[in-house]
Amino acid sequence: MGHVTGEQAKAATEAVLPPSRTASFLDSDLWYSFTRSPLAVVSAMVVAVLVLAALFAPLIAPHNPFDPAQISILDSFLPPAWMEGGDPRFLLGTDDQGRDVLSTILFGMRISLAVGFASVVFAMVLGITLGLMAGYLRGWVDTAIMRIADVQLTFPAILIALLVNGVARAWAGPQSYDKAVFFVLVLSIGLSFWVQYGRTVRGSVLVEANKEYVLAARLIGLSSRTIMVKHVLPNVLGPVLVIATINLALAIITEATLSFLGVGVPPTQPSLGTLIRIGNDFLFSGEWWITIFPGITLAVLALSVNLLGDWLRDALNPKLR
Amino acid sequence: MIAFAIKRFVQALGVMLVVALISFLMFRFVGDPVNQLVGVDTSPEDRAALREALGLNDPVLLQFGRFILKAAQFDFGISYQFKQPVASLIASRLPATLELSLVSAFFALAVGIPMGVYTGLYRNTWLARAFLAVSLSGVSLPTFLIGILLIFLVSVNLGWLPSFGRGAVVDLGGVWTTGLLTKSGLLSLILPAITLGLFQMTLIMRLVRGEMLEVLRTDYIKFARARGLSRRAINFGHALKNTLVPVITITGLQLGSIIAFAIITETVFQWPGMGLLFLQAVQNVDIPIMAAYLLLIAFLFVLINFIVDLLYVAVDPRIRLDVRSAG
Amino acid sequence: MTEATLSVRNLRVEIPTRRGVLTAIDDLSFDIAPGEVLGMVGESGAGKSITGSAVIGLLEPPGRVAGGEIRLAGERIDNLPPERMRHIRGKRIGMIFQDPLTSLNPLYRIGDQLVETILTHQRMTSGEARDKARRLLEEVGIPAAETRLSSYPHQFSGGMRQRVVIALALAADPELVIADEPTTALDVSVQAQIIALLKRLCAERGASVMLITHDMGVIAETADRVCVLYAGRLAELGPVREVVKHPQHPYTIGLMAAIPSLSGDPDAALAQIPGSMPRLGAIPPGCAFNPRCTFAFDRCTAERPDAYPAGASRAACFLHAPDRPYAAPPDVLAAARTAGIRLPAPMDEAGR
Repeated sequence: MGHVTGEQAKAATEAVLPPSRTASFLDSDLWYSFTRSPLAVVSAMVVAVLVLAALFAPLIAPHNPFDPAQISILDSFLPPAWMEGGDPRFLLGTDDQGRDVLSTILFGMRISLAVGFASVVFAMVLGITLGLMAGYLRGWVDTAIMRIADVQLTFPAILIALLVNGVARAWAGPQSYDKAVFFVLVLSIGLSFWVQYGRTVRGSVLVEANKEYVLAARLIGLSSRTIMVKHVLPNVLGPVLVIATINLALAIITEATLSFLGVGVPPTQPSLGTLIRIGNDFLFSGEWWITIFPGITLAVLALSVNLLGDWLRDALNPKLR
Repeated sequence: MIAFAIKRFVQALGVMLVVALISFLMFRFVGDPVNQLVGVDTSPEDRAALREALGLNDPVLLQFGRFILKAAQFDFGISYQFKQPVASLIASRLPATLELSLVSAFFALAVGIPMGVYTGLYRNTWLARAFLAVSLSGVSLPTFLIGILLIFLVSVNLGWLPSFGRGAVVDLGGVWTTGLLTKSGLLSLILPAITLGLFQMTLIMRLVRGEMLEVLRTDYIKFARARGLSRRAINFGHALKNTLVPVITITGLQLGSIIAFAIITETVFQWPGMGLLFLQAVQNVDIPIMAAYLLLIAFLFVLINFIVDLLYVAVDPRIRLDVRSAG
Repeated sequence: MTEATLSVRNLRVEIPTRRGVLTAIDDLSFDIAPGEVLGMVGESGAGKSITGSAVIGLLEPPGRVAGGEIRLAGERIDNLPPERMRHIRGKRIGMIFQDPLTSLNPLYRIGDQLVETILTHQRMTSGEARDKARRLLEEVGIPAAETRLSSYPHQFSGGMRQRVVIALALAADPELVIADEPTTALDVSVQAQIIALLKRLCAERGASVMLITHDMGVIAETADRVCVLYAGRLAELGPVREVVKHPQHPYTIGLMAAIPSLSGDPDAALAQIPGSMPRLGAIPPGCAFNPRCTFAFDRCTAERPDAYPAGASRAACFLHAPDRPYAAPPDVLAAARTAGIRLPAPMDEAGR
């Protein structure tokens, strides 16, 4: 038996070691069903494009619509560039103040996505925390949290968001409200969504808490908090992530709705919803582009996120395989 | 059965109480009721007198009790914006919202259920795929956007239907105003009803489809096939009945959420209902209206939930007998 | 000779999956004579239920019959259009599933479900159908049949429910009844009653039974002949007494040895066949059982055995192959003889 070539050694080693994580992922059922589903691939690409566009908005937007020095009232109400009267500088037209619609959309998407993500994260954190507490500590903590959840579930999210919003306004007074509007929005939307996470986590915790590894951890003397966070939580994250993806579209839509209703992001830093509201006033007088283009953007964003979430939920659902 | 009903009733009361508490806390402690009612130049003595007269210095529990008592008599105080009794304001707007909601619900059911059954049974036809595509947009598009798009297409471009207001309404005995009896009323109802109902319709369609697929996978359907029952008997006799039982109860619950979502639709179409009133209250921090709306919505929800629970028991024999044996 | 009620020849059932086509049933052939009870035995995943589903035409897609023939009283049924097959189901072939609770629609009364089945296959008034339903319930041993017609499935106990299921399956007097694990979901005390009931009712009607189960005890008590499946292939097929007392296939020998006996030594270790049945995607070349077989020799990994005659039975094992040249080592032959395998005569001489 002579010396072994590098190639042979590599092949021999690879034959024995478990596949790398990338290789495992690429071979997994999840990736397979992803590549096989054209809808999932397309929606993922669309979401990626939109998110990147929003992230790099300051760099790629042709104008900065919030710099008073750059906008001129003389440019207002210009139609999209391909229509009569349009100006190639403003691809999608301008609004009532002369701001470039394309640029406002890019910046607006930033805010829509930012608030959307932040709300989902907030709801997730709140829901997981309360769910862990309820499921692990049981007793009156569990009952109290679940009662609140039940009462809250009888109402649709939008109502709760509106309510929290209204109360926050009253409390803060108009001036402080404007400064804190983002926090208030994230709070309102997040508060209206935590229940789903809470319930799911609580359910998983109730199942996991009976398992032996938890009992073992208890016997060793680990504190409740350690057990909850380090041992139970990782096992519970799976279903939570699926909910989060599906919720993201809903969060974006809820923010847009609140802004459209006039209780969301103010016109000085508009989100897509605010833009639609502003443009709505001009729908009848013929300047449709001010509201329709942000509308289409919002629709495409929500649709792609939803499609992705749908696919993810089906792909992770063992019953449908 | 009676015991079951009583138990549910007590639970409902519990929820109402919690909501009433929140409503009261909002009413009393958010902002200052006195400041809202008086002008800037009222003297501090007059303010103090008003505070005393309104009972704002009494123990909190007493105030809560008084609040509940008044609420039970439909006395919700005076609106900060309109300086009118909240109760009459809401009462005048209630018919508009309820009519819109009921018509939307009917639309959602009448279209959603057949679509759901079709896509559940014939999964791979192009029509089924088209329906699913429509359903996805229904879930993804925010209600207000649907309204705006509909207005843009149908009102602005085609001019077929009106885009705001309720049209001419008929007063029924001073208690109710209806738009169903006039042509302009009916025409005005179409776009808002579709807007409001579209989301629900897609939910129902997906729900029915999901249930149908689940049911078609069960052992009893397999056994029915093994017995040689016709496709019609299996699909529409066995599968459909089992599908609709949970669906009907869930859609009953959705009626409540339709009423809440009316806020958005009413805004888009300037429909003079409770939702629009509530929105204005949020924008202008009119706490009495907010508190009253909250209570009213809670009451409606709880009532609907209660009825749906009873309905469920009436329809599903397994629960009926459990309930009977349990109490 | 009377025609076999069910005649299956070279049946092949394939399941296309994303990783390739799995062969769930591979070249299976057997007959069931009129009035006979044939037991289908094997481990979970051996293909017993799939065989039953294939016969009645209810294979779950994407599974499909990819080859062979299935004949019911001489007529081919595996290639019928769906509507024709539907007429056969219930009327000529009945099927019973494992879990009686989930087999019955919970929202319909028992009487309605019975009447519906009866009227699907026979012309009569609904009053007559109701009478027949009542009589069926009485036949399966449900007391107070008249009132019970108005009951819902969940108002019955497990054993009673399975009786109702049997009544439903027999409602249109089928020639063949396929029973897929009919007692597995029932209490042990009730199992024997249900099996006895099934056997009696079918005998009275002259119906044949395909009894699918993993419980060898049930087979020994009830079946006339038994078919042993392994990894989708036939291992052994023969009269019950023969297969149980004198198994001729190494797998069957292992199965019989693994059944603990009340009369044996309570301290003795339970006999096991080492290893486990291969998954459908990983069946070894040659004989599917060869990795676990104590009598395996080189021919076993190279070719796949046919089902050779072995006394009154048939066994898919090269030890029974009557052809020469044949190269089983003498020690293997000796061990086989000791195990009770009756080697074909020419081999016995040559192997000596």
